Amino acid sequence: MRYIRPLSIEDAVGQLAGAAGPAAILAGGSDLLVRMKGGFVEPELIIDIKAIEGLSEIRETADGFSIGAAVPCAALGENAALNKAWPGVVEAAKLIGSKQVQGRCTITGNLCNASPAADSVPALVAAGARALIAGPSGKRTVPVEAVPTGPGKTSLAKGEIIEAILLDRRAPRSGDAYLRFIPRTEMDIAVVSAGVNLTLDEHGVVKSARVALGAVAATVLLVEEAAEALIGRKLDEAALERLAKVCAGACRPIDDKRGTVEFRRKVAGVLARRAATTAYARAGGK
Amino acid sequence: MAGVAVSTTINGDNFEYLCQPDETLLDVLRDRLGLTGAKEGCGTGDCGACSIILDDRLVCSCLVLGAEAEGRRVETIEGMAHGDTLHPLQQKFLEHAALQCGICTPGFLIAAKDLLAKNPDPTEEEIRFGLAGNLCRCTGYDKIVRAVQDAANVMKGA
Repeated sequence: MRYIRPLSIEDAVGQLAGAAGPAAILAGGSDLLVRMKGGFVEPELIIDIKAIEGLSEIRETADGFSIGAAVPCAALGENAALNKAWPGVVEAAKLIGSKQVQGRCTITGNLCNASPAADSVPALVAAGARALIAGPSGKRTVPVEAVPTGPGKTSLAKGEIIEAILLDRRAPRSGDAYLRFIPRTEMDIAVVSAGVNLTLDEHGVVKSARVALGAVAATVLLVEEAAEALIGRKLDEAALERLAKVCAGACRPIDDKRGTVEFRRKVAGVLARRAATTAYARAGGK
Repeated sequence: MAGVAVSTTINGDNFEYLCQPDETLLDVLRDRLGLTGAKEGCGTGDCGACSIILDDRLVCSCLVLGAEAEGRRVETIEGMAHGDTLHPLQQKFLEHAALQCGICTPGFLIAAKDLLAKNPDPTEEEIRFGLAGNLCRCTGYDKIVRAVQDAANVMKGA
């Protein structure tokens, strides 16, 4: 096995594309090292991306925010501007693991690990976040929901590395929120989760909405019908009822030791409703 | 496997070592450098017994490669006391009997030090959340929380 620490994304892409055997990208390592230890992956090449310029930074640009692939989740919580613009994304990222894990884990890693229960992913999908991908044939940008294709699987081609997660500049009267259900108060894997992102007009009517559910299908679900239940309305009881019903119906969960199908469906509706209420309040809706 | 040459700073001193590319920083500290304060409990980042501070961030050293320490600053439990003078957290852990078997203690002390550096006056809830990445199967946590509260009071007065 070899360990390398390239200084440029081009070099990292070249090394990854040229690797003869299995290769792995190392950012925080909180998934990779556990999987290596368990014998689930045996990379011949580890490419540590933390020395690449800019990858450990959160940059505020004219278009919004660019969160480098090596930025630990703890740094998201410390960024005041990001907290103000995207509190739902930040609260989701901060739910991943302990303080120790927060010091290492990244939202890009959370996305690429491709767990259906990843905490930051529903919030990112709801936020309309995009992944900036560097590869052998140049750079491309895709919606984050296009990255995971199933448990542990992504759409990234050989040699491709996610360089950053991009979040748009916030429109006025916008808010997002993320909630998950776990059987304890912290440090557990989501049984069900929901991310909601809303923008209101000047009268408090929902102008645009995105609703995403986690841990209720093979990938995080973007539920367009749930967004439609909210658009054009204030967040009245009828809209919330409809949201909960649509979310429960959109789930395609499994039965496992952490939750039954029936339980997950019900809780998806409840969480979507509560997350929508929080997002609405954060957007200044009354 | 070819060794990786690493130059790093541990508790303010320069260290140079060779390690295997898949060797964790925890194994380097314990087996190559003789710094056995950090313990291996789970080896998967769940128990916090191997906690260290890496460039001002609390991390599990079992989830860091030895090679990653190149050019960085590592703080371990061995750097916490000054000679024979214990850190206030260490002193308060003794006074409150906040340990029994002691395996988790270095991790708790490092995590508590990081917590108080970022939040010098934490509430009980903030302490419990802040130390949730450290597991103790002896004390039931109450004595640890009280020791940290007491140490925070002492350190504020200092």
